[in-house]
Amino acid sequence: MNIFDILGPVMVGPSSSHTAGAVRIGLITKKLLGSVPVKADITLSGSFGATGVGHGTDKALVAGLLGMDTDDIRIPESFDIAREQNMEFAFSKENIRDAHPNTALLKVEAASGRALEVQASSLGGGRVMINKLDGIQINVTGERPALIVHNLDQPGHVAEVTSLMAHKSINIATMNVYRDKRGGYAVMVLETDQNIPDSAIEWLKRVEGIIKVTRLNIGEEG
Amino acid sequence: MAYHSLKEIVDYCERRKVSFFQAVLEDDMEERKVTQQESMASMYTMWDAMLLASTAYDGSLTSASGLTGRQGALMEEYRKKGKTLCGDFISQVVAQALEMGESNACMKRIVAAPTAGSCGVLPAVLIPYYQMHQQEVEDIHKAVIESLYVAAGIGQVIASRAFIAGAAGGCQAEIGAASSMAAGALVYLKGGDNHQICHASAIAMKSLLGLVCDPVAGLVEVPCVKRNVTGAVNALAAADMALAGITSAIPADQVFDAMREVGEKMHVSLKETGEGGLAATPEGIRITKLLIRSH
Repeated sequence: MNIFDILGPVMVGPSSSHTAGAVRIGLITKKLLGSVPVKADITLSGSFGATGVGHGTDKALVAGLLGMDTDDIRIPESFDIAREQNMEFAFSKENIRDAHPNTALLKVEAASGRALEVQASSLGGGRVMINKLDGIQINVTGERPALIVHNLDQPGHVAEVTSLMAHKSINIATMNVYRDKRGGYAVMVLETDQNIPDSAIEWLKRVEGIIKVTRLNIGEEG
Repeated sequence: MAYHSLKEIVDYCERRKVSFFQAVLEDDMEERKVTQQESMASMYTMWDAMLLASTAYDGSLTSASGLTGRQGALMEEYRKKGKTLCGDFISQVVAQALEMGESNACMKRIVAAPTAGSCGVLPAVLIPYYQMHQQEVEDIHKAVIESLYVAAGIGQVIASRAFIAGAAGGCQAEIGAASSMAAGALVYLKGGDNHQICHASAIAMKSLLGLVCDPVAGLVEVPCVKRNVTGAVNALAAADMALAGITSAIPADQVFDAMREVGEKMHVSLKETGEGGLAATPEGIRITKLLIRSH
């Protein structure tokens, strides 16, 4: 731990896990979606459901979806700001099976019609884990850039993605591949050391057999 | 490489003929690969955020649960009447600790030091000290920044030898750590030597060993807000004892190890689960049920 893990972060209270962590989950979800959602259905599970309102977990999640960071003093007013921006949001409580005690499931939709389902947990000290994307385990921390590609289970897609990364001089830190069944639906999850440029995303979207491309960049808008 | 014991810091100071503050600063420069200016700029940002959080206190607010609010304002009103038992300075410290704890509960911006729940301890002792000495000490701003390095160095050692999360080690790991850090910072500000800094941090931690984390309804409010007062006042007493030449029989590093052992042996119901201690009293349970129903 460096000294600014001890003194810091500057954050809106009251809880690093239930407030700051929740803001981060919302913010990462917004980045994965690519824009502020027009609609968000949020399920609070475990301790998020039990003590979430008192900790402002609900306001924190909406604040993150609006693009606010953990030290934004507008977090307590996030519901009003969301309404001004015509974001529809609703909360429900349900205990998600086999999930970490502090977990939220966010079903979000962008104006473009793009939709995502993000399940994430707050691990303490403001650190989070994106457990699932559209129901598939990805385990992305959001501390590094990430690229998630949904494609048909055909030969060559992994090579296309990795050679594109090589071409863009992006170093791959971790990579996992999954599929539901042979010849079915497959997912690649890459965590990288550099941000992934728009041009790479646009190129991937045009490749035949690639169904959906989702990206998380660090330290920038979008 | 981050220090793992206060002894390491003191040895480094003696070997390199530098102050406690410089030892922590140099380590940060090495650890994060930053210049002295960059490191100190980050620390100034933390201090500014503490001052800003203090001025942003709103005595009319209550938290979403309704459990906390207005206490800092009440204490300040009482202090201004000039009839407190504790005297003016300590009463300012008490008010400041309450205010910061309440601001946190009311979703205001604070500096986790080392955690959000214990965010009131360091500013509670440093801000009144800073205000009191603004006229007489030429570079009080710089001195306070340096004392924050001392606090951070102590906190780093506690995090490395034990823990700084209530869920891991109970309240002793949060308020205890904050108090120990604040005691060291105060001795530094008052010109005490490195050994006195270590004794103060040891004495502060010893006095809070075993403190459990038993928040009512799991919220960072009851008893957290008032425990920030305990941590702050305890730090002042520990610092004054060390400055008087009183020593801790058990060295600081061993006190931190004892904190870890106590934290590990502590029952899980007393570690931020909201299931034991004050949270499990009839009134604690009644409040919890009321909050669940109203939301």
